[in-house]
Amino acid sequence: MDPQLKRQTMHGANSNDTRPQTPLGLAKRGFRGVIKHLSTHDLSSALSATELESRLIELGFVEGANVEILHEGIVGRDPIAVRVENVTIAVRRREAMAILVA
Amino acid sequence: MHLALVGTPNSGKTSLFNALTGSRQKVANYPGVTVERKEGSFVTPLGRQVSVVDLPGTYSLRGRSPDEEITRDIVLGRAPGEALPDLVLCVADSTNLRLTIRLVLELKRTARPLMLVLNMFDIATRRGVTVDVAALSEALGIPVVTSIAVRKGGTADLLRRTDEIAAQAPVAAQQNLWQPLTVAELRATQREADRIIAANISLPMRPDTWTARIDAVVLHPVAGLAILALILFVMFQAVFAWAQPLMELLSSAFTALGQMVHDTLPAGLLQSFLQNGVISGVGSVIVFLPQIVIIFLFILLLEDFGYMARAAFLMDRIMGGAGLHGRAFIPLLSSFACAIPGIMATRVIDNRRDRLTTILIAPLMTCSARIPVYTLIISAFIPDEQIWGWFNLRGLVMFGLYAAGIASALGVSFLIKFLMWRDYAPAPFMLELPDYKLPRARSIAIGVYTRAKMFLQRAGTTIFSMMVLIWFLASFPLAPAGAQDPAINYSFAAVIGKALEPLLAPLGFNWQIAVALIPGMAAREVAVAALGTVYAIEGGKEAAEQIGQMLATKWSLATALSLLAWYIFAPQCASTLAVIRRETGSWKWMAITFAYMFALAYAASLATYNIARALGAG
Repeated sequence: MDPQLKRQTMHGANSNDTRPQTPLGLAKRGFRGVIKHLSTHDLSSALSATELESRLIELGFVEGANVEILHEGIVGRDPIAVRVENVTIAVRRREAMAILVA
Repeated sequence: MHLALVGTPNSGKTSLFNALTGSRQKVANYPGVTVERKEGSFVTPLGRQVSVVDLPGTYSLRGRSPDEEITRDIVLGRAPGEALPDLVLCVADSTNLRLTIRLVLELKRTARPLMLVLNMFDIATRRGVTVDVAALSEALGIPVVTSIAVRKGGTADLLRRTDEIAAQAPVAAQQNLWQPLTVAELRATQREADRIIAANISLPMRPDTWTARIDAVVLHPVAGLAILALILFVMFQAVFAWAQPLMELLSSAFTALGQMVHDTLPAGLLQSFLQNGVISGVGSVIVFLPQIVIIFLFILLLEDFGYMARAAFLMDRIMGGAGLHGRAFIPLLSSFACAIPGIMATRVIDNRRDRLTTILIAPLMTCSARIPVYTLIISAFIPDEQIWGWFNLRGLVMFGLYAAGIASALGVSFLIKFLMWRDYAPAPFMLELPDYKLPRARSIAIGVYTRAKMFLQRAGTTIFSMMVLIWFLASFPLAPAGAQDPAINYSFAAVIGKALEPLLAPLGFNWQIAVALIPGMAAREVAVAALGTVYAIEGGKEAAEQIGQMLATKWSLATALSLLAWYIFAPQCASTLAVIRRETGSWKWMAITFAYMFALAYAASLATYNIARALGAG
């Protein structure tokens, strides 16, 4: 394995590996990926950053979890139905911006 | 022995509760809060008497809402007046263990005796999940049992283990180490849960192909909304059409009963009281039992099937346009049955502003108590015709009344958002979409039975006492000897009705309607019974039978339409207002609700009456 790549992979959650991280809130229907990081700061949500992060974790959005966008709503393709491991969770794109995936 | 059922939403907690207790259930509220408290009892194979409470579903013990606080306080033994559970049963959907195992790890910190129940184990097995139950039990450090709540004998293992645990000497009470978890601790427990699952449960499992297939259609942006509209339409057609034969049966039974009383008793006050006050009054309300059963049947079926969460998903942004949260959909849909459970169900909305908006508009949803009023007027004034082949005209009018309620609710919500809370970030919408499940007849039957019982109890208490009062007001003082007019014209009811008449005359309401509207404040459907009583006493014994035919000769079409419009909006329900006061904790919101609904009702009736008269229906 390329030493540069190996070092990045070993950094785990906070590093870029082969694919660049994008917020789940911008991903399209059919997207599949892995959660790399939760970043609830700088988000215009009605919840505090800590509260939003706690709720996302309670619904299973933790680093390393596999996600797939199954469905989108009719208005602004929002909310989205996300498969997280084997649970389906509906979230709005606004909150899904906190979930960085690759 | 006291058991408490804890679990995430959709874990099958309620079906397990129903399987354990059958119909031996008591539904009430926790003191001081309006969280529903469901308690039941059963006897174990060894003859031990066990009481069990079904606690509100939660993903953690953090207690973000009044519901979740109850769950936390009972588990920790902090709830005043509640027994500390001897055993906490954490109920899991076996196809979906990830979030429950995390909850178990959090519950373990409370040091309460704990058992994990792997419910719906048959479905999990069919979908290729294999669980090493002994190893899982060892990894978690608590007993684990499997259960199939919906199958006969499916809880045998659970009962046996409960007996075993009860027989053991009580372990020395351990220190509660639970404190609200920090973000880092939450993350750590979820990682630990994932590790335990990887070690003891065979994954990957096949996703539920049926759920995927159904969702491909039901959550499709266009087809999904069409299906939602179709479901609502079928529901309202059913309420009107399917219930008809049963209602006619009940109605003729009460008429026969009244006739029997009339024939047996000598003419006089007692005969009038029993026939006009009690039988025709209470009977005219009980007749609507079939419709109430049908509407609750639909709501419970959709809920158990797993459709309600999908409806919230589909409606979230559409309702967001009107300033409502997607989660408001379920409380609003419940309000079609009754605004009281609907308003109580707004507890699932944790943002205060979203919740207040939902509470304010919930009474505009057409509740089942309006059905008697609508049905009476529609069947008296709207011809029973088929149009466009298979639509029933009366059903269509009914649908129109429901649509008017929904449209006005959305309009009011939009105004509230625009006037009061123009700039705030909308609260998040996060909801699990559970796998579809075939609703179980037994579970549905218990649910419908509980609701029907509540309706009949209301008919037996509130409605009965109001009918006695109406009969009294309509009968006394007695007409002077040799009076020419009907006796009711001399009564208290006539005095009150005529005093209100100038206020209501612009709406086309006569004094009989005014009299009926007052007890209608206790419960909307009482207005029907009150009209029955007023016209029965006025018209004599023969008129008591067919209120509908009577009204058709006494009112103009404009008056009838105006009364329908009034009932869409009028704050005609003291219990709803009381619940709003209790849930919002303020008289202000109750007063606002009353004022805006009254204003809407008056304006709508005034407009309807005058337009109808201008069109020649006067």
